[in-house]
Amino acid sequence: MKLRLSSPSALVDLNFIPDSSYIRRSNGTLHFGAMTRHADIENSEIASRLPILHDCAAGIADSQVRNRGTIGGSVAEADPSGDWGPVLLTLDTEVHVIGPGSSRTIGLAEFFLDAYTTALAPGELVKEISVNAPPKNTAGAYVAFKRCAPVYASASAAVSLTVEDGGACTAARILLGCVGLTAIRASDAEAALIGKQLTTKTIETAAEAAMAAADPQSDMRGSAEYKRALVRVLVKRAIHIAARRARGEHVEAGHEYVGRI
Amino acid sequence: MLEGFDRVPVQVRVNGTLYERTIEPRVLLVDFIREDLDLTGTHIGCDTTYCGACTVLMNGANVKSCTVFAVQAHGSEITTIEGLANDGKLHPVQEAFAANHGLQCGYCTPGLIMSTVYLLSKKQKPTDQEIRKGIAGNTCRCTGYQNVFKAIRAVAAADVNG
Repeated sequence: MKLRLSSPSALVDLNFIPDSSYIRRSNGTLHFGAMTRHADIENSEIASRLPILHDCAAGIADSQVRNRGTIGGSVAEADPSGDWGPVLLTLDTEVHVIGPGSSRTIGLAEFFLDAYTTALAPGELVKEISVNAPPKNTAGAYVAFKRCAPVYASASAAVSLTVEDGGACTAARILLGCVGLTAIRASDAEAALIGKQLTTKTIETAAEAAMAAADPQSDMRGSAEYKRALVRVLVKRAIHIAARRARGEHVEAGHEYVGRI
Repeated sequence: MLEGFDRVPVQVRVNGTLYERTIEPRVLLVDFIREDLDLTGTHIGCDTTYCGACTVLMNGANVKSCTVFAVQAHGSEITTIEGLANDGKLHPVQEAFAANHGLQCGYCTPGLIMSTVYLLSKKQKPTDQEIRKGIAGNTCRCTGYQNVFKAIRAVAAADVNG
């Protein structure tokens, strides 16, 4: 609204709805109330079982924004540069929606239709986001590059890998953020890893494929060429971190910005 | 739908005092604090959730008050820069900013101090990285942040915050 992207004639504040902010775990599935703040997820031990969720929550904008912004709001906004989209799309994520007299569940990939456009019908609200437990030997990582804390990233990469004990990658999901109208699933990059050992060469091939899948626009956050080059670097970094995490290592990841120590 | 700008009642406790006002729902919290309550220590910088000059504590959490409607603060506790000093004695964070030259023009200072108070309320001994992350939502165009950083380190080391 500040940027005059929308001028609604009336606003309804969802903050006063009771029991709309929670993080619960049942039978391995994580449940996030739509009004759960990024800061609550950042500090949640339950959510940190999936490190990629912490990567994302802990680096969204800045402390002030994380104290106000919610996971449900971010998903419903469907901003092409939103952080939760690419991250949650690497996981088995569902959006639970309520409307007048009815409720339904929508897979996240079917929920995002276009930039700022979702499958929500008029009168429907996001009630909960749920994330099913990933299979064994699976881990993810999210890396985003931004110019400074409060701004959207210039490009981001979310990766989930299943790595067998022998080192072969048996499943991969690679999503790119900020370089298209929605998060882009880089299927060719995934195919470059599946069934292969994660060598420098296969990772490079995947990164090149991800770069080809990106469809960035030149803007104040960088030229299209610059963003494409960023995608290559970020995808490689995210693959390396996800692979190490899949082997049980603890590795820090998340948003990176100029000047951060 | 609201007809024009119908006024609505709002109750907010600011720096310990309960204020009841009837305001237009479009009024931002920062304007409510500055114009209705005359507490002008909270500044408006960018007015677009970037700079952090308008940072206040809302129920103990730092928020950018240019991006909260005053009606959304209904029933909440707000702390502004005016609420930190006690009996004419500056808050330790304010003392540390002064002692370490953590300000030049001072425009961003109330916001930086509120974010620092929040950071130290969450973590008494933040690491250098946690300090930088804690104030990453506050922009200062004068100091280059080094003296701000020194001030926060000093107050954390002195262990007298709060």
